[in-house]
Amino acid sequence: MTSNPAIRLSDVTAGYGRNILFTGLSLEISGGRFAGIVGPTACGKTTLLRVILGVHPVIAGSIQLHDVPVSRIKPNTIGYVPQLDNSDWHFPVTVEEVITMGLYTNGRIWPWLSRKERGKIQAIADRLGILDCLQQPIGNLSGGQRQRVFLARALINNPKLLILDEPTAGVDIKTQHEILHLLNDINGEGIAIVLTTHDLNAVASHLPWVICFNRGVVAQGRPHEIFTNEILTRTYGGDIVIIRHQGHLLIANSTPLSFADDGK
Amino acid sequence: MIEYILEPFDYAFFRHGLLAALMIGASGGLIGVYVVLRGMSYIGHGLSHAAIGGAVIGIALNLNFYVGACVLGVLAALIINKITQNRKIKSDAAIGIVTTAIFALGVAIISKLRNFKQNFEAALFGNILGITEQDLVIIGLVTCITMVMMFFTYRALLFSTFDQETARIFGINTGLAQLLFSLLLTLVIIASLNVTGVTMVAATLIAPAMTARMLTDVFSRMVIYSTLIGAITGVAGLYLSYIFNVASGATIVLFSALLFGVSLLVKSLRGL
Repeated sequence: MTSNPAIRLSDVTAGYGRNILFTGLSLEISGGRFAGIVGPTACGKTTLLRVILGVHPVIAGSIQLHDVPVSRIKPNTIGYVPQLDNSDWHFPVTVEEVITMGLYTNGRIWPWLSRKERGKIQAIADRLGILDCLQQPIGNLSGGQRQRVFLARALINNPKLLILDEPTAGVDIKTQHEILHLLNDINGEGIAIVLTTHDLNAVASHLPWVICFNRGVVAQGRPHEIFTNEILTRTYGGDIVIIRHQGHLLIANSTPLSFADDGK
Repeated sequence: MIEYILEPFDYAFFRHGLLAALMIGASGGLIGVYVVLRGMSYIGHGLSHAAIGGAVIGIALNLNFYVGACVLGVLAALIINKITQNRKIKSDAAIGIVTTAIFALGVAIISKLRNFKQNFEAALFGNILGITEQDLVIIGLVTCITMVMMFFTYRALLFSTFDQETARIFGINTGLAQLLFSLLLTLVIIASLNVTGVTMVAATLIAPAMTARMLTDVFSRMVIYSTLIGAITGVAGLYLSYIFNVASGATIVLFSALLFGVSLLVKSLRGL
């Protein structure tokens, strides 16, 4: 793990017009860290990601990525994977065309790929298990394959930092497991990863570091230390049940709905 | 028989018209891909109206038809571009208010100037057989500029059309790409005015791209197909308009709509 922080936010205030989402936020995420940001809906998670990525203007404070101000960062040093739900899956574009988009940073205009670049696309597709899909339209792929396509596009420039917005949303539990294992492998190569998610159980079982966020950092640390009733209640504002069983951590709502035996 | 087929080529006005239809069809088909995929199909209709408003104002000021159309057309594109950066207003609403206002200004000027004699029938309904050499030069220039710019902004436009926010994060200057696209679109629309006319210019942008979309799910192929379909539609439509003695703009649009209908039918039959 490298010593300089992958992300350093100092006294950051951000929001939308008069709606300030967080104020005076300071946060450091170490280089090589694999961290998940969790918190309730509209708590500012996505805005925090957009601030880190430099596409949401801050009212005050500074953001540095690997000790470089975000405004001066080269786009190809950060990999970004958007939410799957935000994409138009009927758009006429192949897997190869989507991955190629990642090569067009820094104002490059020549539209044709070199042989070396084609090799690079093949290599990343092979590594992520989508080599056979390269010429397929993205609309034909499963949720897990689509996530891998976006990952390939994000990784094509060998970034030092990978940011993902809810990568486990809208996929089944097996795909979720595969994606998080894949991210763990990528993190093992020294790439810092930060993701947002609503799935506390996925974080508890797959991520080494968690940041509880609700218009500011409530707590951060290892899931087994951070996922306590007190911290989750402070983060989400409701009663939450935490079950610890044979090394597993399960988080559930404390007041499930009850139904009669006939299911009504 | 061959003499009958080749007869129209004896006339210079037909050869001029054919060249204009080929170039406008190709550039309209090319830029139309982005118009359709960005969900901005209404913009062709809107900007052509703004250009006519601009042409009227230009002529009232003793300027060339193209000067007024270009200035007001580009101004409308810039204002629409600026307004749509505000996420509260969608592009169709911005197009509606801006282009109709400029068109209304042109109508107001015509109604005020009692001695206004200019005939706008060609610009409204198209008069491809009245294409002058000056028109051909302008159409040729616009076609070359469009082809070259679209070639070099191909990836940036594709990425920002697919996902604007992510393209911005990846370092694409999406604002510049959008601005460039709007300006090129305006130029293509203005160059098309004498070919198909205000009332039908939108169809020449949209129909080839929609037909190409029915034929492929691959973006690069859609761009090539749409450009070729646009060019073929322009040439075939003009030829048919001569043979059947029907208005050229209307024939081009009807032919492109027919091609779209056939592609839709084929796609539906394949899906059965």
